[in-house]
Amino acid sequence: MGRPLPDPVIEARGLGLTFETNDGPVHALKSVDLSIGRGDFVSFIGPSGCGKTTFLRIAADLETPTEGTITVNGMTPTAARQARAYGYVFQSAGLFPWRTIGRNVTLPLEIMGYPKAEREARCRRVLELVELAGFEKKYPWQLSGGMQQRASIARALAFDADILLMDEPFGALDEIVRDRLNEELLALWARTGKTIAFVTHSIPEAVYLSTRIVVMSPRPGRVTDVIESPLPRERPLHIRESADFLRVAARVRDGLRAGIGDEI
Amino acid sequence: MRSDAALPVLTVVGVILLLWYLAAIMLNAPWAYDQAGRDGVTLGAGDLVRATLSQERPRLPAPDQVVAEFWKTTVATAPTSKRSLVYHAWITLSATLLGFGLGAVLGILLAVGIVHDRTMEASVMPWVIASQTIPILAIAPMIIVVLNSVGVAGLLPKALISMYLSFFPVAVGMVKGFRCPERVLLDQMSTWNASRAQVFWRLRLPAAMPYLFASLKVAAAAALVGAIIGELPTGAVAGLGARMLSGSYYGQTVQIWSALLMAAILASGLIAVIGLSERITARAMGVRP
Repeated sequence: MGRPLPDPVIEARGLGLTFETNDGPVHALKSVDLSIGRGDFVSFIGPSGCGKTTFLRIAADLETPTEGTITVNGMTPTAARQARAYGYVFQSAGLFPWRTIGRNVTLPLEIMGYPKAEREARCRRVLELVELAGFEKKYPWQLSGGMQQRASIARALAFDADILLMDEPFGALDEIVRDRLNEELLALWARTGKTIAFVTHSIPEAVYLSTRIVVMSPRPGRVTDVIESPLPRERPLHIRESADFLRVAARVRDGLRAGIGDEI
Repeated sequence: MRSDAALPVLTVVGVILLLWYLAAIMLNAPWAYDQAGRDGVTLGAGDLVRATLSQERPRLPAPDQVVAEFWKTTVATAPTSKRSLVYHAWITLSATLLGFGLGAVLGILLAVGIVHDRTMEASVMPWVIASQTIPILAIAPMIIVVLNSVGVAGLLPKALISMYLSFFPVAVGMVKGFRCPERVLLDQMSTWNASRAQVFWRLRLPAAMPYLFASLKVAAAAALVGAIIGELPTGAVAGLGARMLSGSYYGQTVQIWSALLMAAILASGLIAVIGLSERITARAMGVRP
């Protein structure tokens, strides 16, 4: 599924993951063919259990597929992880509570062996990027949920991975904060030119952010539609009232409804 | 202490003292009646109270007798004297501290091994648990005698018994502590391709700190008990255990109770020091106040 890409960053062929449970096998993901090109912003949308998070976790080498193949930057997920090819942002900010925001951001750099001066310079730069400059010395509990999530994104940006995997990063935030972070994320994407794979539950969020939207459905988890967005890369918030936006949103909604079938 | 906590605390202390005095009167009354019968006098209520609370070898000494003996053997006696309770307390405390230190280190090392190695979990954990099902009173004399026969005497055998009791809570607590980090933090480490050592020092160890201090408090109390038990079969030479044993040989209940009081003070002191380090560590780790 999807157009052939000149420079695929993530490429899956017949990808599947089956968990053996006491109640029989559970097909978390089945026969997924998907290519994500360099510089794409791809959203994965679908109900719980459709395998969108599983796809991201397989790409990140946090799960091992039982069928098919997947390459990340032309490598196996394990090799890509070892080459530190991607930054991963989880649904919960996952900040280390005993480390200040600054030391949370420099933690991956410490692990990767960057020298101290370089760590501090990068920390300053990415905290500015997510508008958290001046919060280096604060502990996570001293920040709001939205600021914690921004710190988590800064941490994923601190090292030079050109892929960003984001698993419902704004899922736990209220709509106002989410709108603002969506805008900031687009600006960040434009500035850095990274490839972003983004899992979400929200149709407006998926349509607003993405160049491509992957619609998925559960039991077994599979891709039912891949939508190329006709929206320009430059997207002010009010683009969400445009006819193009609404048309894409309607197609996503139809795709979700078709995928779920008689279950609702 | 907060001022609004003073009243409840003082009330509880008052109730305990009152019950203690009542128990002392009841337990010591038979001897007082015997004595009075032999002297051919009858005891009034006031006489009975006076006779029960001032015996030289009471079944249960009154709190003021214990405090008086405690004062006499600590403040009023030179600490170098063998009659000084401070001298005996130091002997016990030094064995306790050595055993506690050894036990804490052994417990942490075992936990590190158990968390990182499946074979070790399957092979060592059952022995760790089995070790605590053996009554320490039964094997303490054997440890003392065996070590004595190979020429090891004094501090070390007692410290080993302390260690035997104190490594267990630390090992069990730290296995739990090293495993407590949330899945998302471990996944996070994995996405950065962190080594096992990096995961240990930067995630597992800091995350286990609350467990460490909780288990150290249990271990400190157990180490003190171990040192005292280790002193019982040594033939009662020195230490709080020896004081208790010789006290029971000669019916010196006041001496036993003042040794008990000293042991309680030592234990609370150890727990207080650990509690203080816990607070300092928590502040350094930015724990929400």
